[in-house]
Amino acid sequence: MDINEFLEKLRIEMDDINPDHIQAETVYRQVENWSSMHALVMIAFADEHFGVALNEQDFKNTTTVQEIYDILVAKKAAINA
Amino acid sequence: MPRFETHNTKITAIAACVPKNEKRNSDYTWVDEEERAALIKNTGVVSKRVAPDHITSSDLCTAAAEKILSTNLTKAEEIDMIVYVSQSPDYFIPATSHIIHEKLGLKKSCITFDVNLGCSGYVYGLSIISQFIQNGVVKKALLLAGDKSSFTVSPRDKSTYPLFGDAGSATLLEYDEKAAPIFFHLNADGTGHKAIHLPVGGCRIPFTVDALEYKEIEKGIVRNGISVTMDGIAVFNFTIREVPKLVKEVLEQADKSIEDTDYIVFHQANKFINDFLRKKIKIPEEKFPYSIDKYGNTSSASIPLTICSELKEKVKNRSRLLLAGFGVGLSWGAAYIDSESILVLDVLELE
Repeated sequence: MDINEFLEKLRIEMDDINPDHIQAETVYRQVENWSSMHALVMIAFADEHFGVALNEQDFKNTTTVQEIYDILVAKKAAINA
Repeated sequence: MPRFETHNTKITAIAACVPKNEKRNSDYTWVDEEERAALIKNTGVVSKRVAPDHITSSDLCTAAAEKILSTNLTKAEEIDMIVYVSQSPDYFIPATSHIIHEKLGLKKSCITFDVNLGCSGYVYGLSIISQFIQNGVVKKALLLAGDKSSFTVSPRDKSTYPLFGDAGSATLLEYDEKAAPIFFHLNADGTGHKAIHLPVGGCRIPFTVDALEYKEIEKGIVRNGISVTMDGIAVFNFTIREVPKLVKEVLEQADKSIEDTDYIVFHQANKFINDFLRKKIKIPEEKFPYSIDKYGNTSSASIPLTICSELKEKVKNRSRLLLAGFGVGLSWGAAYIDSESILVLDVLELE
C-alpha cells in the first residue's frame, strides 16, 4: 500500500475528520477534534491492513501521518523478512 | 495452565439492577456538539445510568439478589456461598459481601468474600463458585457482580465519564449432576496494571487533601488524584492481542466452534472495540448482543446485564454461551457454557 492509498483509506476510516486535514505532512495530534479514539482507529487500521501493532511508543515517537505510515511499512517488512 | 473445566454446576437464574437515574451523552456539554456526536458514535453509549449518592453497587446487587430470592427457585436459607465481585466497595473494611450477607439475611455457614476485579470479574466469579459447587461443598450460591464506576470517574474527563455506567447483578448457581461441564480460560498480565488505574487512596499512595486538586491532563481531560485513569491505547492493544486468542482457545477446549455457539456475550468495553473484535474473530452480528447503547460500560456487571437486557427470551431454552470479559488488571477470561435453561429476569431499576 503506497502513501496515497493509505491516506485515502484513512480518510474513509476517520469520517468525522475533514478529509482535507488528513495529509502525509499532517501533525495528527493537532487535527481539530483529535481524540484518543482516533488513535484506536489507527491501531485497528494497522492491524487490519498491515497485520502489525501500533503501540504507545509509536505514537510518542511520531508527529505526522507520514511517520505513522513509515512505521507500519517498516514493521510489516520486519515480519516478512 | 489457566484452562480447566468444572462439573455439576448449573446457572439457574440471572438478574440485573441499574439506578433509575439516566444520563444521556447528548447532554454531555463538557465537550462541544461535534465531539459529543463522535463520542456517542465511537463508544456506542447513548445513555447510561448513574447512581445517586445513597445507592452503592452493593445496593444494586442486593436488589438483583432479592429478586431471585423472591422466585420459587431458592430461599435465602439455602444459599451456601456468596461472592461479591466489584471495585467499588461500600467500605475499606469489612468486605462488602458481609453487608450483602446481612441484607439478604443469609445463614452463618454461608461462605462469604469479595473479589477485586472489574471487566473480567464475572467470568472469574463463575469459575470460583463453580469449583466450590462441583465437589458438593456448596449446593446453591449467588454471584454478585457490579460497580458504581461513576464514583471514580471525573465528570470532566471525556475519556472515561461518557463511557462508564453503574449496574449490579446477581446470578444463582446450583449443584446439578446433569449439568454440562463449564470450560474456563483465565489469564492476567500485571505489567499492564497502570492501563486502568486509580492510584491514590490505598496504602501505596495514601489519600491527602492534595489529591482533590483537579489538573488538566490534556484538552477535555481534567482529573484529580482520586479519579480513575484509562490508557485507551494500551487497553485496545491488549484486547486486539489477547481476546481473539482467548475466544479461539476456549472454543478449542470445549471442542466447539462459533457455529456451535448460540450467543457470544462480551464485556461491553466500548462499541468500537467490540465491533472490531467481532469482525476480527468473525462472529455473526446476530450472535453478538450489545447493551452498551443503553447502559454504557458497566464493568463486571456488563455480561449479566447484557444477558438480562438482550437475551431474556433467548436463553430460556437450551443455549450455548461463550462469555468473555477483559480489561482492568490487566485480566481476561472466558467461559463456555451449555445450559439447559436459565431464568433471566427483567432489568430492575432502583431509585
